[in-house]
Amino acid sequence: MPMDESVRKAVLGAVPSLRAFAISLCGNVDRADDLVQETLLRALANIDSFQPGTNISAWLFTILRNHFRSEYRKRRREVEDSDGHYAESLKSQPNQIGQVEFREFREALAQLPSDQREALVLVGASGFSYEEAANICGCAVGTIKSRVNRARTRLAALLDIDCVDEFGPDQTTRAVLASGE
Amino acid sequence: MESAQNNRGKKADGKPAKLSRDVQTRLGQQLRAMYDDVVNEGVPDRFTELIDRINGGSKDRS
Repeated sequence: MPMDESVRKAVLGAVPSLRAFAISLCGNVDRADDLVQETLLRALANIDSFQPGTNISAWLFTILRNHFRSEYRKRRREVEDSDGHYAESLKSQPNQIGQVEFREFREALAQLPSDQREALVLVGASGFSYEEAANICGCAVGTIKSRVNRARTRLAALLDIDCVDEFGPDQTTRAVLASGE
Repeated sequence: MESAQNNRGKKADGKPAKLSRDVQTRLGQQLRAMYDDVVNEGVPDRFTELIDRINGGSKDRS
């Protein structure tokens, strides 16, 4: 039962973001790609349950997230042992962030409880609204907001960020970044 | 297991301290940089092939 070309394109279009989310969840590129593959297989097997016109990306994220929670968390210790794999996968480093700082950030993110990490990534990187993130995680909007706030606070503590002067970007860059929020 | 490090980001009443706008902006920037680095890799061939294999009929049709 082939899917519409528009659905095929939408599913493929969601893959890069699904991979980034999966890597943030399990910290290992190979496992993340397996997780994405299993997600796609489940999604395509249940494509009839997707309602055209609704957000297919959120639907796929929900499947991925639930699958990760049910299967991968059992192996959490093993899964989160991410030395090297993740770094190897990063073909380029962002210009404005130093390599050391970048690594420290990843390590700090990996230390967050998984419910806080997924909330932070969904809202802060994947571009979902608090409401969409709450639907994906199957919890209340207020819970997502609380998790995001706790995640930020914990990250700042882990990274020892108390004062913005420790950061690289100058005032102009920060102004631009802030306006893009 | 509340470590000293854990407590640093909290006020005396145990609630998380409010982070400054600058700190939030910076954390957001780092998070997106990390995320976008993966997104910018695009769609690995294995996923295109997977979908087209499962979805074989649609290619013939179109």
